[in-house]
Amino acid sequence: MSFNPTFNARGAFAIFKNELMRMFRTAFGSIASPVITTSLYLVVFGAAIGSRMELPGDVSYGSFIVPGLLMLTLLSESTSNASFGIYMPKFTGAIYELLSAPVGVAETLIGFVGAAAVKSMILAAIIMGTAALIIDYEVVHPFLAFGYILLVSATFSLLGFIIGLWADGFEKLQVVPLLILMPLTFLGGTFYSIEMLPEPWRSVTLVNPVVYLVNGLRWTFLGQSDFPIWVSFGATLLFLLVCVAIIGWIFKTGWRLRE
Amino acid sequence: MTDTILDIRGLEKTYKGGVKALDGVDLTIKRGEIFALLGPNGAGKTTLIGSVCGMVRPTGGRIEVFGKDLAKHWKQVRRDIGLVPQELSFDMFDKVIRQVRFSRGMFGCEPDDARIEEVLRSLSLWDKRDAQIRALSGGMKRRVMIAKALAHDPQLLFLDEPTAGVDVELRRDMWRQIDALREKGTTIILTTHYIEEAEEMADRVGVISKGRILLVDEKDAIMAKLGRTEAHFTFDAPLPAIPASLGEYPLHLEQGGTCLVYRGGDGTGKGKREVAEIAQVMAREGIVFTGMETRESTLEDIFVDLLHEPEVTA
Repeated sequence: MSFNPTFNARGAFAIFKNELMRMFRTAFGSIASPVITTSLYLVVFGAAIGSRMELPGDVSYGSFIVPGLLMLTLLSESTSNASFGIYMPKFTGAIYELLSAPVGVAETLIGFVGAAAVKSMILAAIIMGTAALIIDYEVVHPFLAFGYILLVSATFSLLGFIIGLWADGFEKLQVVPLLILMPLTFLGGTFYSIEMLPEPWRSVTLVNPVVYLVNGLRWTFLGQSDFPIWVSFGATLLFLLVCVAIIGWIFKTGWRLRE
Repeated sequence: MTDTILDIRGLEKTYKGGVKALDGVDLTIKRGEIFALLGPNGAGKTTLIGSVCGMVRPTGGRIEVFGKDLAKHWKQVRRDIGLVPQELSFDMFDKVIRQVRFSRGMFGCEPDDARIEEVLRSLSLWDKRDAQIRALSGGMKRRVMIAKALAHDPQLLFLDEPTAGVDVELRRDMWRQIDALREKGTTIILTTHYIEEAEEMADRVGVISKGRILLVDEKDAIMAKLGRTEAHFTFDAPLPAIPASLGEYPLHLEQGGTCLVYRGGDGTGKGKREVAEIAQVMAREGIVFTGMETRESTLEDIFVDLLHEPEVTA
């Protein structure tokens, strides 16, 4: 039986498949919840409040907030799915199998982070479909939008994986998504253009990294945003590399993994 | 193919708090044998297994598996190692067959439903293959752990207290499973609290205490070296002293002279011969005893003795 010790492809696929199956066991809750939430946002903000909002350019408010809402879901779902995926084996003790198997950092990341990112991509497609039923919008750069959604899903799944390794209780799993990511996303231009903010809040907002993520995705949808697209792509890619480096260090040192 | 499957030299592990769990462990395991590692709680058994299987990072020493340095070739080596940990640890909400398939895949094996079926049938789990693991009994759950460890056909299998907390019937069933694995050539290292298990199953036995291996030898050789015979002769009337004709034997009187106790032998049958000789001498000299009990020391006696004499070395 052939076994390639350089890269255990079957091992990576087994983890990937196992994680996807685990996520789909709770498919109704994990898909219905973001779909309902997004629909409510679109109805309340897009239809009710949006008509009174004045945006720069001739963009409708409904199509303006779709990328923001998409980013809101991508960040929270990618982070929570990946963190839960690696935390649960730690919690139940099943992590022994991962540690004793011939899988390294590459196989583990492809398995856990890949599955979380794929689930986020599926959710993104469902949300875009749901949004299309409620409002009219178009995606100006569909391939770039796909690439950017993939990049953001992978990056925040990596962040979630780190949180899952770091957490030593369910409370810590929730700290970053609820107390850091959620506020940053709401304050990151999800529902408004930062052009609409008065000084000094406009300058303060620039230190919020989510602003660049939302604007990056908004550019792929609308063809215009508050910042050049390369700034958003570059910042996200840099964050992805930082996450990979941190995970590499965790596996090398065994921090929170091996005794 | 080398006869040694696992070679551990000077293995050390000191945990963060300063607890030294392994203190220079040397151990060699031969291909195809069943090796029982005995030791009290906290002796270092699980740390030793964890060091080989990847859950623990040793702080010193060297481990070679299948003739390869584990630190350098860990991926290749782990492909052929299986582990059944002490705790029941898996995704309780998943189905039995999916978890076993998952384990096989994670160890880099191609999908093989026929092999999965074979493993599940051998552990009487085939009828439960589509059951959620949480719905199974404790014994069945433990079998799932074993099925997961066997799914990738390991050459070297670690069983960390495989029968802890299971009933007698299931324990004997497990022993049959372990025996079947030995027949197939799998090398098995098991840790256990049940000395009976080591006596029943093991070819060789190691005793570990406070992170140090106190003794490693073949089970029969240990019994021969350290085994003892104990005999009690009882009398209605107390003996004033040990008869001079029995002076050459290791005897002493207990219970006010109504019980003559022999403790001797070396596990080779010498003890039984001497007890028979003592009985013959007493019969010849008209010393009437009303009862006689003999007992061979068990591995448990030897184990307990060793733990009280930690200076004994392998």
